[in-house]
Amino acid sequence: MATEAFTLDDLKAILLEAAGADEAVDLDGDILDTEFEALGYESLALLETGGRIERTYQISLDDDALTGAVTPRALIDVVNAQLSAATSA
Amino acid sequence: MSASVVVTGLGVAAPNGLGTKEFWSATCEGSSGIGRVTRFDPSGYPARLAGEVPGFVAEDHLPSRLIPQTDRMTRMALAAADWALADAGVDPGELPEFSMGVVTASSSGGFEFGQNELRKLWSLGSHHVSAYQSFAWFYAVNSGQISIRNGMKGPSGVVVSDQAGGLDAVAQARRQIRKGTRLVVSGAVDASICPWGWVAQLTSGRLSTSEEPDRAYLPFDRDARGHVPGEGGAILILEDAEAARERGARVYGEIAGYGATFDPRPGSGRGPGLRRAIEIALADAAVEPSQVDVVFADAAAVPDLDRIEAEAITAVFGARGVPVTAPKTMTGRLYSGGAPLDLAAALLAMTDGLIPPTVHIQPSPEYELDLVLDEPRAAPVRTALVLARGHGGFNSAVVVRAAGQDAA
Repeated sequence: MATEAFTLDDLKAILLEAAGADEAVDLDGDILDTEFEALGYESLALLETGGRIERTYQISLDDDALTGAVTPRALIDVVNAQLSAATSA
Repeated sequence: MSASVVVTGLGVAAPNGLGTKEFWSATCEGSSGIGRVTRFDPSGYPARLAGEVPGFVAEDHLPSRLIPQTDRMTRMALAAADWALADAGVDPGELPEFSMGVVTASSSGGFEFGQNELRKLWSLGSHHVSAYQSFAWFYAVNSGQISIRNGMKGPSGVVVSDQAGGLDAVAQARRQIRKGTRLVVSGAVDASICPWGWVAQLTSGRLSTSEEPDRAYLPFDRDARGHVPGEGGAILILEDAEAARERGARVYGEIAGYGATFDPRPGSGRGPGLRRAIEIALADAAVEPSQVDVVFADAAAVPDLDRIEAEAITAVFGARGVPVTAPKTMTGRLYSGGAPLDLAAALLAMTDGLIPPTVHIQPSPEYELDLVLDEPRAAPVRTALVLARGHGGFNSAVVVRAAGQDAA
């Protein structure tokens, strides 16, 4: 796969829209492997984020996959896997 | 004897002033915040006037994390709680988290947030509904968000009894302090000036359909024609009097007495319960009617309800026996936020020795009330009575007493 369809910047934009940003956290820092909880996002914020990703990219994210993705890198991987599955389907 | 409970901090968001100072100076000047609705186009609705809080920009007061998950009422409640804590000189981070609680009132929950999500539901589908709808509309959400923001894990909750709830919540806060909680954030902020909230309020049949801001909400006037709805309210910091004294806190006054009754079933032949609520509150405070310096009226502006209130006041205090005022003629009725705002006004009246006026009305001669009209009245205020009634039969009364004054 040449380029990632869903990037960290895409995720950050949706996170900000869905849940804002904790004042103590720099989303522009190296956050790929920082757990969402440490970034100040609780389960509901991630549920809202997941819902927005689904609407924007017209994909369906499995509940377990969503709750299992505890870092931005893991969530980006889940989304890209869905996107490529949707493309190849 | 039960522990005294005092008010040490105020936070105000009112239609005639954002902030305690702004509200109080506007109120003493007789400056009204009632005008045509701007938050939506009211032209298709029979009622078109409201008291809207001016100049509240949530992003100026709250972190971005809270914006997507909060209704306007919650944003104003959070800001007012911040101001009240600052006013009280309390840093919640320095107190044990289980020693602080939050008890607010609510009348309808976050209607504007809910309306937006319901609109998405029917126009776009369920996937477009915010996950935050699960709590953002909810009655208890202001208490919950204030609790989370300030790390307050002591006894908390919400009271829902329309306008009376603003006093019922303060009474519940006092109960929790008497049971050992050191500090409780109380009061209420409501805001449902949106089409859905408006339609819900219209069902009461009590909204004024006048389009003249100075003729629309006229309690105790022969032309009484219902009320103008408003938004906002006040958050109060309540503390155990001893604990407040130990930390050298400035004390606005004491929540000295409380009474609540429920009206009998219509047609039962039994009288309304407001008078009894007043008597219970005075007895609870160990205050004689002659010691009360001012009554803040519920001021329904529905003729039958005005008559019931005037009769209850004169039955307890005698004809023209006590100054009566309704500064809510400048804000409209704020539902759960109304009575906490009246409590704030009563406490500020004590501080300044100034009873704020009732505006716009020509009192009907049928009511034997000493109404404070148009101009504030200079008078020592040591004890004040605040009345609030909720739709469906709720009657509540609270006696506030100036600091450093024990029961007679």
